[in-house]
Amino acid sequence: MIAELGHFALILAFAVALIQMIVPMIGAHRRDAGLMGIARTAALAQFALIAFTFGVLVHAFVTSDFSLSLVAENSHSTKPLIYKISGVWGNHEGSMVLWVLILSLYGALVAVFGSNLPDHLRARVLAVQASIGVAFIGFILLTSNPFLRLDPAPFEGRGLNPLLQDPGLAFHPPFLYAGYVGLSMAFSFAVAALIEGRVDASWARWVRPWTLGAWTALTVGIAMGSWWAYYTLGWGGFWFWDPVENASLMPWIVATALLHSAIVAEKRGALKSWTILLAIFAFSLSLVGTFLVRSGVLNSVHAFASDPMRGVVILGIVTVFVGGALALYGWRAPLLKAEGMFAPMSREGALIVNNLLLTAAAFAVFIGTLYPLFLDAMNGPKITVGPPFFNMTFVPIMVPLLILVPLGSLLGWKRADLVAALERLMGAGALAVIVCIGVLAFVSKGPWLAALGMALATWLVAGAFFELAWRTGLFSGPFAQTLRKARHLPRAQWGMALAHGGLGIVVAGVVGMTAWRQELVTALKEGESAHLGAYTLTLEKVGMRQGPNYEALVGVVHVQKGKRDLGFMMPEKRRFPVERQEKTEAAIRTNGISDLYVVIGDDNGQGGWTIRAYENSFAPWIWAGAIIMAAGGLVSLTDRRYRVGAPSRARARSLPQPAE
Amino acid sequence: MTRKNRRAAFIALGLAILAGAVGLVLNAMRDNIVFFYSPSEIAEKALGPGTRIRLGGMVEKGTLKHVGPTTVSFNITDYRKTVAVSYTGILPDLFREGQGVVAEGMMTPDGAFVADTVLAKHDEKYMPPEVAAALKKSGRWQEGEGAQPYVKAP
Repeated sequence: MIAELGHFALILAFAVALIQMIVPMIGAHRRDAGLMGIARTAALAQFALIAFTFGVLVHAFVTSDFSLSLVAENSHSTKPLIYKISGVWGNHEGSMVLWVLILSLYGALVAVFGSNLPDHLRARVLAVQASIGVAFIGFILLTSNPFLRLDPAPFEGRGLNPLLQDPGLAFHPPFLYAGYVGLSMAFSFAVAALIEGRVDASWARWVRPWTLGAWTALTVGIAMGSWWAYYTLGWGGFWFWDPVENASLMPWIVATALLHSAIVAEKRGALKSWTILLAIFAFSLSLVGTFLVRSGVLNSVHAFASDPMRGVVILGIVTVFVGGALALYGWRAPLLKAEGMFAPMSREGALIVNNLLLTAAAFAVFIGTLYPLFLDAMNGPKITVGPPFFNMTFVPIMVPLLILVPLGSLLGWKRADLVAALERLMGAGALAVIVCIGVLAFVSKGPWLAALGMALATWLVAGAFFELAWRTGLFSGPFAQTLRKARHLPRAQWGMALAHGGLGIVVAGVVGMTAWRQELVTALKEGESAHLGAYTLTLEKVGMRQGPNYEALVGVVHVQKGKRDLGFMMPEKRRFPVERQEKTEAAIRTNGISDLYVVIGDDNGQGGWTIRAYENSFAPWIWAGAIIMAAGGLVSLTDRRYRVGAPSRARARSLPQPAE
Repeated sequence: MTRKNRRAAFIALGLAILAGAVGLVLNAMRDNIVFFYSPSEIAEKALGPGTRIRLGGMVEKGTLKHVGPTTVSFNITDYRKTVAVSYTGILPDLFREGQGVVAEGMMTPDGAFVADTVLAKHDEKYMPPEVAAALKKSGRWQEGEGAQPYVKAP
């Protein structure tokens, strides 16, 4: 009965979204405040209804209501509670409900916090947002009803894919969706602006926080997914250039570009129509990503049961939204008048270069990801495009961009003094050179390119630091004055320094992992040892352990580094009897700079066990850097210039005042 | 520089970067794509050793053997032709006899296949699309096998 109520609420949400899509649009056209006002109420109602639907689904999973087909297929009564809950989105239907839940949440946020938006703009934004809701709620109702009943109800469920029973993956989808769907806000604002035919500085100011929020969530989501792949797939890699990963990387790259171009649109009134185009592309790539992972054209842990019908419907939705938005763009964009002059040597000039390079990088990833699918669809040969392709395209495009990052953020608007900016970066440049020479002198193994890579990473981190130092007068004034300046520095400035510095740390991690990781594959009998770099690994014992819903083969590995005893590591191979699957649980010991990573495999039939071990240099830095980048996004988001309803109040409050 | 010139300069820069990206992509396409073949196609094509390919099919039942301390061998079949595969390392969790698999590596001159990567990203509910297509082509596909959702016995 409760499940039927959930289904009914979803149908109501569809109807509400339909009203929200049509009525405010007419209202905005006629300047009818009453009709426009419906948008806010409808957005809140839509969110409440979908939240209820989602709650019903969570309830069904938590109480293991196996009369629901979805629960029976994807859950099991012995599963720990957290995986019962994450099981809600560990399948196609539930993950789509989560998708529309987040979509309607964003709509509700505009309704609640958007009181400083002009009425007609708000009404149009909410109407466009609702049209996306109509498409996806309709998709769920027609092809992916999560509330189908089973009669008779089975006594037990089939369990969740063990690969998904993992804390890293339990929260990866909500973050990723918050990012993907968050880009729908930028899209809705872009389409609304095209319909209005005007974009001004305030438009860009409203778009920026939404994009920033989506970008932050997407950064966290991608980092979590990569971390999960690192520790569960047992290969110790952090990025496989798998199409599913690329599907999340492409919107991220374009969102990064959008983040930067929106600054130009706000501060200089330029790049308006380009910003709108990027907003359309960012969300379009999110939709393409949804299509890729949900339609079953890709083979991965994300490809839940594939149903060709669903693929066709999603492709239809993608076509309508992308095609519609681009057609509207072609028709209306010429109305947007550019203002502002451009000097090549200026912050806006640097941001244009940033945008061009990021777009080129997204293009390379797009081709590498979609070309094989395109060939296949044309009945051509089946090919795969692996990491070498991306190393040869993505990397050469990104390197110049990374070199320019510290410089660009030090250039002033309009007309900048390149020499002055370079002077401020002399310290960072010197540090980069020292690191480069240090790596060449003290690290004998690994390619010489690694030294340049580490220099680049240092350049980014030190560049971010020296910029802050310059802005706060760290090296040029008394310390008390620096503290005062630091307090008054806009949060966005801190956020940018964190994001750029975090990027440098990611670069260091990637370079270290690529250049210096060491691998060992061997078979050990109990009591035997093997060497990996400076480490000695001894397989002391192999035994069995009983988990809540699995039994595990456990290897007890004694680790020594030289004479130093580092204790034991216990890699596991878990067998899930319900799902009839196995899952490798790597043992990872980190010292903050490198990870020791040990995996146990099968009995090799000769009394030994296959052991695979890696020393992953700088691996933890990849995720630490990504989290610092996301933290930068969050800090920027708290900048008072973004604060809700801020423009007028912020001006009043920016007078000298005591510390907050 | 006049406003027009500046605009032209930025457009030229954009085109240059775009051309560079296209060049990089085309260049990388030439050497770095890996073709997917079924065992039958390999028999027809007579591939030279040293070409990196992906080989997909079903793991023949009863052929998985440990041939060295860390090396295993098994046969990949599409029920018409069969290729012997050897692999050093730990097989993925989802690897199982009688189920679909994709192996990446090279052919040796004597017609065997040395894999350096084995992908078995599937479960009972799911089969890699390439494998399903290869089996369909060899006429050994039965509807309801693998790609159908939820055929798993409880």
